[in-house]
Amino acid sequence: MKKKQLVENIIHGVFLILGLITVGCVLLITVYLVISGIPAIMEIGFNDFIFGKTWASTAAQPQYGILPFILTSIYGTAGAIAIGVPIGFLCSVYLSKMAKPKFKAIMESAVSLLAGIPSVIYGLVGMLVLVPAIRELFDIPDGASLFAAIIVLAIMILPSIIKVSMTALDAVPKEYEDASLALGATDVETYFKISVPAAKSGIAAAVVLGVGRAIGEAMAVMMVSGNAPNMPELFQSVRFLTTAVASEMAYSSGLQQQALFSIALVLFLFIMLINATLNFFLKREKGE
Amino acid sequence: MKIKKIGSMILATAVVASMFVGCGSNNNNTSQTENNTSVQGTVATDGSTSMDKVIGALGESFENENSGVTFTYNPTGSGSGIKAVTEGRCDIGLSSRALKDSEKETGLEETTLAYDGIAVIVNKENSVEDLDIETIAKIYKGEIKNWKELGGNDSEIVVIGREAGSGTRDGFEEITKTKDSCTYRQELTSTGDVITTVSSNPGAIGYASLASVKDTVKAIKVGGVTPSEETVKDGSYKIQRPFMLITKKDTQLSPVAQKFFEYVTSEKASEVIYGAGVVPAN
Repeated sequence: MKKKQLVENIIHGVFLILGLITVGCVLLITVYLVISGIPAIMEIGFNDFIFGKTWASTAAQPQYGILPFILTSIYGTAGAIAIGVPIGFLCSVYLSKMAKPKFKAIMESAVSLLAGIPSVIYGLVGMLVLVPAIRELFDIPDGASLFAAIIVLAIMILPSIIKVSMTALDAVPKEYEDASLALGATDVETYFKISVPAAKSGIAAAVVLGVGRAIGEAMAVMMVSGNAPNMPELFQSVRFLTTAVASEMAYSSGLQQQALFSIALVLFLFIMLINATLNFFLKREKGE
Repeated sequence: MKIKKIGSMILATAVVASMFVGCGSNNNNTSQTENNTSVQGTVATDGSTSMDKVIGALGESFENENSGVTFTYNPTGSGSGIKAVTEGRCDIGLSSRALKDSEKETGLEETTLAYDGIAVIVNKENSVEDLDIETIAKIYKGEIKNWKELGGNDSEIVVIGREAGSGTRDGFEEITKTKDSCTYRQELTSTGDVITTVSSNPGAIGYASLASVKDTVKAIKVGGVTPSEETVKDGSYKIQRPFMLITKKDTQLSPVAQKFFEYVTSEKASEVIYGAGVVPAN
């Protein structure tokens, strides 16, 4: 009996350590980012850093203003949400409520496949197909722009939105819908007036998840957005928070490198905020 | 069931441990006696992505001549390569720009391996053939905005460049005297990206290492001089920069790294360097 207890304890200990590794990683990254991100912000000045409109990190008179990156990330994400959410949401309503089982199975595996495509592939297709297409279509000198990034991001966030909303819609009790139908509502009325409101927390969580994915994406947008540190304009070349870190890190040194860590810290805070929002929605769903 | 779990855990630990052992073996070649003709071990290089082709060719020929020698190259960029030498993460750093004073103060030393021309490239459909450095500078500063001002088609010039800190950008801006004043439409992070983008946009102009320029784009003449190995070597082609080997001043290279260093700076290696499209310094 005693021996059994000992083995139990050892196993318990081992699992605890393995679990703590994850927590340790998060703590390590947080502490590291804060420690390496704060000095540059102090040196540049909080206002100059966050609200500065010019980024010229290797100039003789270096300027480290990241407002263009922050706004680009916000606009880009908002644009991707504006395009991706209606498509994803309606797609999930269709798949969850209206589609025939056989078709639903095919569509679901297609959505999973879309989620599994590496972001560099999105970037590559965007760079070779989307960017020249935008150039021709809108008759502008160069297609690499915020608009191209928004399109790519909108497609990339579709799978998470569709899957999470579908789970929420599937979980709506059938009795609700039956009651609505029994009272004479049509199918479509039932879906949008009963099922969707009942699943709204889950759908909101899906949107927040999409926001998180869009704001954190680096590789794909780097390949289609042109990367010049301009203030955001739909058909201008722009740089996101993520790509600002990724594109200059390789060759950076001194204050430039520290400033990149500071950008990473700002990005990290954004992601934390989004995660907190996500948890809020998920908790509320559980509470209901 | 339990035993199985513990077993797999031990296995995983063993795998991780063996990885660490694998990493450590890089430095085990110091026990070799010097001047030994058959050295063994690993030469680790790290740095400039522009030097990919030349250092790859040199590494391959070095491996062929010395059996039992492994050559590694980590394409991270000049800055990272210099940092890697300082931190002892590689034997020889590769930089496509001269060391900054701040970097020299940390006890680093540079040796010129070769000279590389930076080609100014345009789309194949572009009819412009020849520009001088001043005109190129004006294009990059945004003072000339349309190809028709230069005798080309009526289309806006799309200025493509590299990201801040890139050795190619640094070299290009220094030679054309456009430092801090370029108005880029796109800042891309690799030579290949620049070439791909220029090849797919009829109004684009970009710059890239001469050795990497392919048939998909057109390298224009600069001041009437066609970019080529000969014109880079005799100095008539003006847009060119050095390829440097970065080592620590006070620290002795491992025997195998020393041998590699001597090999690549010897005349024997010049043919290989020529083969990679750049001009050897020795």
